[in-house]
Amino acid sequence: MVKVASWGRLAAEPHYLQPLLRQHMDALRLPPGNRGLAHGLGRSYGDVGLNPGGTLWTTTHLDRFVSWDDKTGVLTCEAGVSLGDIQDLFIPRGWMLPVVPGTRFVTVGGAIANDVHGKNHHRQGSFGDHVHEVRLLRTDGEVLQCGPALRNDWFAATVGGLGLTGVITHATLALQRVQGPWLEAQNMAYAGLDEFFSLADASVAGWEHTVAWIDCLSGRKARGIFMRANPASGTEGKVPTDRRFTLAYTPPVSPINRFSLGALNAAYFHLNRRNTERRMHYTAFFHPLDRLQGWNLMYGPKGFYQYQCVIPRQWGKDALQTILREIRSSGEGSFLSVLKTFGDRTAPGMLSFAQPGVTLALDFPNHGDATQRLFTRLDSIVQHAGGRLYPAKDARMPRSVFEAGFPKLQEFMQYRDPGISSAFSRRTMGS
Amino acid sequence: MPQSHTFIVIVGATSAIAEHCARQWLQQRPVRLLLMGRNQERTDSIATDLRIRSPLSRIETMVGDFESAASITSLVKAATAQEVPDMVLIAHGALPDQQACQQDLTQAQAAIRVNAISPVLFAEAFVDGMERAGKGTLGIIGSVAGDRGRKSNYVYGAAKGLVERYAEGLQHRLAATGVKVVLIKPGPTDTPMTAQLKSMGTPLADPAAVARAIVRGMARGRPVVYAPAKWALVMLLLRHLPRFVFHRLNI
Repeated sequence: MVKVASWGRLAAEPHYLQPLLRQHMDALRLPPGNRGLAHGLGRSYGDVGLNPGGTLWTTTHLDRFVSWDDKTGVLTCEAGVSLGDIQDLFIPRGWMLPVVPGTRFVTVGGAIANDVHGKNHHRQGSFGDHVHEVRLLRTDGEVLQCGPALRNDWFAATVGGLGLTGVITHATLALQRVQGPWLEAQNMAYAGLDEFFSLADASVAGWEHTVAWIDCLSGRKARGIFMRANPASGTEGKVPTDRRFTLAYTPPVSPINRFSLGALNAAYFHLNRRNTERRMHYTAFFHPLDRLQGWNLMYGPKGFYQYQCVIPRQWGKDALQTILREIRSSGEGSFLSVLKTFGDRTAPGMLSFAQPGVTLALDFPNHGDATQRLFTRLDSIVQHAGGRLYPAKDARMPRSVFEAGFPKLQEFMQYRDPGISSAFSRRTMGS
Repeated sequence: MPQSHTFIVIVGATSAIAEHCARQWLQQRPVRLLLMGRNQERTDSIATDLRIRSPLSRIETMVGDFESAASITSLVKAATAQEVPDMVLIAHGALPDQQACQQDLTQAQAAIRVNAISPVLFAEAFVDGMERAGKGTLGIIGSVAGDRGRKSNYVYGAAKGLVERYAEGLQHRLAATGVKVVLIKPGPTDTPMTAQLKSMGTPLADPAAVARAIVRGMARGRPVVYAPAKWALVMLLLRHLPRFVFHRLNI
């Protein structure tokens, strides 16, 4: 047994680790009575990637490319290939992934299982929208190919299916044409949610990528920085060095607390408030935190939660306002608060997170009961507004909140692999 | 393929460390790469991946018996018929179960064959042409386990120790020529070979980082490369531990 924690580092619990190897991909090995779960680079915040007391099949050895067509941009690879590896290899050749999340350190299998989204959801939808085919290995030994054009019910269960329908071993993805790694980006300060929404709406038509940072502690009229970008032409530019800063140890007391948060947020706002336009490397725009390896250690030994919800547009502003008020009055706070509008499109998976509306993501240091009480209040706001929480980030939502947020859950349950389980599935689905 | 390409041969191409070295080399520039393995299907799967990574490289495969001197001779002859390689990496090996080796001599024998005799014969076969050409770098993967025999894996360690003594002799023989011999000693690395160690929670190095150290070490022609480098210090201490202390350690 080996102790494994997820990105939020709330707890490290014992697992049987079983590296998944190519030579025995015809069967998933399990100790008797045990259930398993695929585990990639471990960037899920909460417990969708954990299976305490059970087996974790680690997929990082499955990192080969299987086929590539440079005329159509269709790539088939093993599930343990990371999104960063694909970008590094194909962007210089004029192709990139159409959808990437906030970190490059995600496997293809993990990106599909969580149906991740990026800053261009209004244009490109989620990761699963660009998957042509998935190969699934079930614990009974069956190998199942599925895609939008082949067993699409299995595909809809597997995209966003949190690894519970089988182990994804291969995937075929559509890459999209790109001139180079550069973006033309704009930063604009805004005051209040009205201004945020009007900026977001005005940017949908003309901008490929939009996202906003919000200072959730700044008072009634929440201020923030709205960022938008379009692919830039040309390949010239100074590529940022690959130098990464590594946080190598966990501070015994987290420097992120209610006293420092207000100051951090204010400082961030004032550093970025000047409206600017600049040419940016895509990694700096999409993955700003990847330069600081191990930034999750900053929250100290007790770890942290991320709370990400999506709220339908008609209730979006009211719900967000109430959420921000609750956070201010709770004395808990978040530094990395991110706000983004999703486009009007149906996600490909039964349990896909993205739905039309506005999404807010917040990090909270783990302060025990106080943090839990705040979450309970936020849950009820989200639920009343017809919203849902993001399983990839979640570590605590009650079963009722999950069931209310994901109406296709019952349909999904028929496709579950009985040999697979996670801490998340046990908490929210009962097994 | 331009005329002045680099020709690299990897023996034991299905080794995960070797595969990562190949990726690093191809990332630097297109090369001619010959992958030698024992199983056609597994070697082909690596070749396919590498061709996608580097469409301008020329990547070939060759399979054969790694256990007999005669077949090693003919494999190397065929591999070097057109040109003498600029770089050869001998990478194959297998991590045996020490207990099993103690109980079953055929397993001990197999472990010594694949980890010691086979790599040494390959090196001997390649180095002849390289010496005549007066150029090239030959890398052999040993192990930190070869630095001092320990009860937990001394059959493997002894085989890797043999490789070390052999590499030392080869370096002596070729000191006056342009041929470099590089002995590579990886520490425990996160590869399929160590899946069992990983499942027990042993800390393992990232294979890409180990490969970077090997590629750098071979480019510089260093006689001994520890990968990751910290193992140089760890093994220095372990080698010099007095016997009465060492024998109390459960390692």
